[in-house]
Amino acid sequence: MNEAKKLDLQRQDMPKQPPHIRRSNFKEVALGYTPALAIREAQRCLQCKKPFCMEGCPVEIDIPSFIHKIAVEDYAAAIRILKQKNCLPAICGRVCPQEEQCESKCILNRKGAPVAIGRLERFAAEWEAAQDRVEIPRAAATTGKKVAVVGSGPAGITVAGDLVLLGHEVTLFEALHEAGGVLTYGIPEFRLPKAVVRREIKYLQALGVRLVTDYVIGKIKSLDRLLEQFNAVFVGTGAGLPWFLNIPGENLNGVYSANEYLTRMNLMAGFRFPESATPVSKHKRVAVVGGGNVAMDCARTALRRGAEEVHIIYRRSRNELPARLEEVENAEEEGVIFTLLTLPLRLIGDAKGWLQEIECQQMKLGEADASGRRRPIPVAGSEFRLPMDACIIAVGNSPNPLIPKSSPDLETSDKGTIRVDEKSGKTSKVRVWAGGDIVTGAATVILAMGAGRIAARSMHEFLVREG
Amino acid sequence: MFKITERRMIVPNLQLMTLQAPEIAQVIEPGQFIIVRADPDAERLPLSVADWDRDAGTLTVIFMEVGASTRRMAAMNPGEFIPTVAGPLGKATEIENFGTVACIGGCYGIGSLLPAIRALHEKGNRVIVFMEARSRYLLYWQERLAPYCQRFFSITRDGSTGSKGHAGRVNDILREEAIQPQRFMVNGCTFLLSKASRELAHYNVPVIVSLNPIMIDGTGMCGVCRVSVDGRTQFACVDGPDFDGRLVDWDELLKRRQQYMNEEAFLVHDSGCGRSER
Ligand SMILES: Cc1cc2nc3c(=O)[nH]c(=O)nc-3n(C[C@H](O)[C@H](O)[C@H](O)COP(=O)(O)OP(=O)(O)OC[C@H]3O[C@@H](n4cnc5c(N)ncnc54)[C@H](O)[C@@H]3O)c2cc1C
Ligand code: SF4
Ligand code: FES
Repeated sequence: MNEAKKLDLQRQDMPKQPPHIRRSNFKEVALGYTPALAIREAQRCLQCKKPFCMEGCPVEIDIPSFIHKIAVEDYAAAIRILKQKNCLPAICGRVCPQEEQCESKCILNRKGAPVAIGRLERFAAEWEAAQDRVEIPRAAATTGKKVAVVGSGPAGITVAGDLVLLGHEVTLFEALHEAGGVLTYGIPEFRLPKAVVRREIKYLQALGVRLVTDYVIGKIKSLDRLLEQFNAVFVGTGAGLPWFLNIPGENLNGVYSANEYLTRMNLMAGFRFPESATPVSKHKRVAVVGGGNVAMDCARTALRRGAEEVHIIYRRSRNELPARLEEVENAEEEGVIFTLLTLPLRLIGDAKGWLQEIECQQMKLGEADASGRRRPIPVAGSEFRLPMDACIIAVGNSPNPLIPKSSPDLETSDKGTIRVDEKSGKTSKVRVWAGGDIVTGAATVILAMGAGRIAARSMHEFLVREG
Repeated sequence: MFKITERRMIVPNLQLMTLQAPEIAQVIEPGQFIIVRADPDAERLPLSVADWDRDAGTLTVIFMEVGASTRRMAAMNPGEFIPTVAGPLGKATEIENFGTVACIGGCYGIGSLLPAIRALHEKGNRVIVFMEARSRYLLYWQERLAPYCQRFFSITRDGSTGSKGHAGRVNDILREEAIQPQRFMVNGCTFLLSKASRELAHYNVPVIVSLNPIMIDGTGMCGVCRVSVDGRTQFACVDGPDFDGRLVDWDELLKRRQQYMNEEAFLVHDSGCGRSER
């Protein structure tokens, strides 16, 4: 192999729907690698003896090995290696922030062209799905121990999958009528097709996990009651309580929380309206307040729902946008207007209570604050109004207090997150573990999975020892 | 899947349905509600629970037939199944020995008051019941409420039975009968709730209303059910559904409901009475 071949810096692009087409459909934007593209990309991997990429992976996937298997066209082996550490490769390959994780650590990133690990992960998972014959690993002999997992987001899915394979009897409880957590009700179809999530849930059921939907723990049953029936309980109920801005006019018609807007579109299949029952009004001018991934998802959804003009209103500048760069670029390409350095002051309605205008203030950047980002400061006398008929508030979520409230002996922080021992996921309550957004506050899919993995390990130890 | 064990029209356009949901029936308290879906494509409908039988494991709801989902449920028969019954949701009604409690019910709210009336009676309250409807043929359950209430009055818009008028008549009747309640409870459409709250405020006692804004999840996740109470935003599904009607921003709430005019979850709690008078 010559030197030039070794250092192939030509990162293979993933085919995408062109912006002018995709902005008016809900189909997936990124189309995935073809085998030829995947092999070419996989061959770029240097198969490092000391792979730095793995240090960046929260669940310690054996990255060079699975990439090697793709390079030699043994896709079945590639997916097997991925699944040893990651039960949701089709999802993580799509939504993980690889540019901050494995790919940022990849040795080739020093030359600005890291191996496209996420795209390869997605490729392997899609290959498996297309085979119509997903391998079901054999579970260990049954232990007779019963586990309740509360919440079916990525944290709960991971715990359920790990423990069922270790031979425990697992029941997964979900408050909504469909499993998947944010993967199902939050992340839009065009970024993560619901069919992919459903496939993973089916797989979990095929492993033997019993899924109980429409079951709100803390209401129908307290943790204490669950503990009477189960040897151990995992709480992965996410960060589902939406924040508002606390400015006048937030209860006007046409003002939504990001959760409401996305839930209507995803879980309630608003994107299929009128065939589905839950309508989402068609708005002409939509403002999305916030600069994170959730805001990008809302803005791009609004475009697809037929809005003529969609603005992201964010109080700092483009550099400080917390969303993944890729998502910002996608939104820009599709025509979302970034109204930056802008702070909404109040929402103004008409006589019938419908949003009409948003009064905003211009901001400028001052000194860096504790988070290291430059603090926005208002420019005096710069107030102006934007005519809008919808406003989606996407400024964050805090943990859902239902379970902590119904279990006073479960220790929480002043932010409402459940306190756990980081090494084990153990809570202050005996036989109860927790992980994911309910512990960290709104974070990422992979971190929720990582927390699930840690908790599952500790729960297993407990169950075989004494449970 | 949840089995339907009973389904019949109790008065024109109001359906009574009993569902097999033993785990919910085991723990539900007065004032709590459930969310149902008629079929896998239907929207999520929040419904107050009008009665339950812990031994038989059943819940009874009363709903108005107003759109696709409720029409579908109204066409279902005992032995059939619906995919979603989630609950019990919301906080339970506060039940203490308050003294005299006047309970006012209209439409489905006549039925949904039963659990609270029964519990208030068992706590030793003197319970006065007012049933409100357009006409006599829309009243129901007099015999089921009778054992738990000291006095019983009906008010009809057309005067076909009881006093003629609407919620405002409660004032006159209480005055004529020299009854001084320590608390009011009102269940029914938003129009009745707001009207009663305004007209009864002068008693300076709590007017507990069971709010029924649009809901999606019913667990505090989406915020669509938000209402302003005493100047603060509350989520009706987790902070309510009971609130003191004297503190509710009715103007805002009534306007908010317009946003979802086309939605059945809106219609199911808001048809008939009051609409024409607005
Ligand atoms: C719009 C949006 C886009 C995002 N995009 C990305 C992305 O691109 N990449 C990324 O890595 N992360 C992304 N995230 C963040 C990521 O989705 C979350 O960090 C992750 O889903 C957290 O997982 P979890 O298992 O802790 O909780 P969740 O996914 O929130 O799941 C919790 C589940 O528990 C259920 N539940 C709650 N209370 C109860 C109860 N009392 N009883 C029973 N069930 C209950 C809920 O209904 C829910 O289904 C996004 C988030 C949002 C909202
Ligand atoms: S660091 Fe990059 S080049 Fe090295 S093994 Fe990992 S992916 Fe391959
Ligand atoms: S119904 Fe969604 S928060 Fe109340």
